[in-house]
Amino acid sequence: MSKHPQKAADFIANEARTDWHDQSLWVVREKRDKLAKGIAEWEELRELASQIKDHTLSHLDHYLEEFEKNALANGVQVHWAKDAETHNHIVHDILQKQKVRRLVKSKSMLTEECGLNPFLEKQGIEIIDTDLGERIIQLKDEPPSHIVMPAIHLKKEEIGELFHEKLQTEKGATDPQYLTEAARQHLRSHFLQADAALSGVNFAVAETGGVTVCTNEGNADMGIHLAPVQIHCMGLEKVIPRQKDLGVFTRLLARSATGQPITIYTSHHLKPKPGGEMHIVIVDNGRSEQLGREDFRNSLKCIRCGACMNTCPIYRRSGGHSYDYTVPGPIGSILTPGKDLKKYSDLPFASTLCGSCTDVCPVKIDIHQQLYKWRQIIAEEGHLPKAKAREMSMAAKVLSSPKAYRRATKWMRRLMRFLPRPLLYLNRNVWGKQRELPQVPRQTFKDWYKHEGNES
Amino acid sequence: MNIGLFIPCYVDQFYPQVGIASLELLQNLGCKVHYPMQQSCCGQPMANAGFEKDAIPTYEHFVRTFSSYDYIVAPSGSCTYHVRKHYDLLPQSQEVMHVRERSLDLAEFLVDVMKLDKIESRFPHKVGLHQSCHGLRGLRLASGSERVQSSFSKIRDVLNLVDEIEFVELDRQDECCGFGGTFAVNEEAISVKMGKDRIQDHKSKGAEVIVAGDMSCLMHLEGIMRRNKENIPVRHFVEILNGTQL
Repeated sequence: MSKHPQKAADFIANEARTDWHDQSLWVVREKRDKLAKGIAEWEELRELASQIKDHTLSHLDHYLEEFEKNALANGVQVHWAKDAETHNHIVHDILQKQKVRRLVKSKSMLTEECGLNPFLEKQGIEIIDTDLGERIIQLKDEPPSHIVMPAIHLKKEEIGELFHEKLQTEKGATDPQYLTEAARQHLRSHFLQADAALSGVNFAVAETGGVTVCTNEGNADMGIHLAPVQIHCMGLEKVIPRQKDLGVFTRLLARSATGQPITIYTSHHLKPKPGGEMHIVIVDNGRSEQLGREDFRNSLKCIRCGACMNTCPIYRRSGGHSYDYTVPGPIGSILTPGKDLKKYSDLPFASTLCGSCTDVCPVKIDIHQQLYKWRQIIAEEGHLPKAKAREMSMAAKVLSSPKAYRRATKWMRRLMRFLPRPLLYLNRNVWGKQRELPQVPRQTFKDWYKHEGNES
Repeated sequence: MNIGLFIPCYVDQFYPQVGIASLELLQNLGCKVHYPMQQSCCGQPMANAGFEKDAIPTYEHFVRTFSSYDYIVAPSGSCTYHVRKHYDLLPQSQEVMHVRERSLDLAEFLVDVMKLDKIESRFPHKVGLHQSCHGLRGLRLASGSERVQSSFSKIRDVLNLVDEIEFVELDRQDECCGFGGTFAVNEEAISVKMGKDRIQDHKSKGAEVIVAGDMSCLMHLEGIMRRNKENIPVRHFVEILNGTQL
């Protein structure tokens, strides 16, 4: 139970950095607010998106089959992967058949989830992330800390230093334009030499069998247009029914993610280029299991905008790495317990249940309610410290009996009033580490009411 | 109209003045108010910690205690929200449904039931209003900054009836204070950091007093301020309505 709290505490130990991180993300949240408020029907749009997703999830088999049928008719090769390992092997097989040595990649948290990079590197394939943020953390050999802004935890000075070391930029250079240009030149050579390009998928349209990829840098398009082989990897929840539904989601996605009216590039890939190959890998990796959990299936509506991370006061102050999973923050905290209840048992508790994530979510996932529900399951299955369970069962006994309540509170008040400060603020009093306990008044409300309140 | 006054456990223990102000205010408005002596807690502490099932006897005790009243009014958005939202765990008998429907936060009661439009009270100070999350997003006592809707705040509306009161405008009008019940202890570092940031927002805008509808948020913020020798007082809004001065 001490993983997230400990990592959060480590992050906060550098308070200036925490403030900077918090403020950077808050700026994005404010941009999002401004853009959302520019659309009078925003709440209706969220409701519509939520309903489309509900409908799709309850007919998922149907829409996936329709998608596959139409994609095949377009000349696309469709693959199904039940888990991360199968996904990695499928991608590797495609690459091997075409004797691909160099792969450029863009915009895929799914491959991150599946651990594709280390897998392919072991097979001797060069794999280059081409999104600027992704490339930065790939050079730094770190996982992303955010699903939309994977290097948001790094300051430009740190990136300057990294680029100086890896890309031979000038020492001490921090100008974002200069650094971006350096990354651009460096990536250009990789684009030109790549034999295959892989991208994630924002939306897969059942009606057309096509996939939509939203980016701001144009790198996914550059890779896909240049390389003879294109591969798109998608979680099976990415499917939506019709082409005309796309507009609902693209309006919501960019505004929620980065506070832009729309992403710079919203590209639609329908069939292979002349002489080329197009593959789509549809991945389950725990998703159908989550679909079967009635209380949590809603989490599969997620369109990965990251708005819940930007708004979450805990995420902003603890950084994405404290969650120890590809999808961090509130949405990650409801996805992870389904993957490994024991390992991620601390995450549903890394929340005050303030509900901001639920209200910001463009597809209306009841995130904080699901966090609450996971807590019940985690406690029930015995993944909380025994001492905690004992404390709670004691509290339950005291609070359900007026007599016990009176006795217990009398003792607590005495201790708090008369215990000398060093004893009251022992290490075990976690509240008191950086906070004073409330002052104990002469009488409780109940005492007052008994003696005076009743008469008034 | 028979009102059962629910004074949450920690308000009973540490902030009796809030209970007294609630009782007096409601009585001064002509309400028939009764405080059932056998009451304890709504059960939220156990439930939010994951021990919802252990809380059932406390829920049942709450229902037994309050089911005979027309309204159950509490000076706490958080506890009210818990009763309304999470008592779905109990079999939905007449009593349970009645208690869930008729549990109201004090601000809701004053605005929606009493239609309060004037009050004899004066408070010549700059007030920073902290909107507690459960009241804000749980009971919708105010418009949240995430949603696109016209802006409103029931607590601010009733406080606006007080003479000479002035509000400061915060940078983050509805960010969480970091209390979160057991979260305050489970995630101590981040809880305190959130509280410090919340206080800083109020302080930098010149708030002379931090006001909220939930004493739990204020207990946390006050605890941090007292440790750091910062002296912005905290008040429940009912104290101001009832004429308490700084």
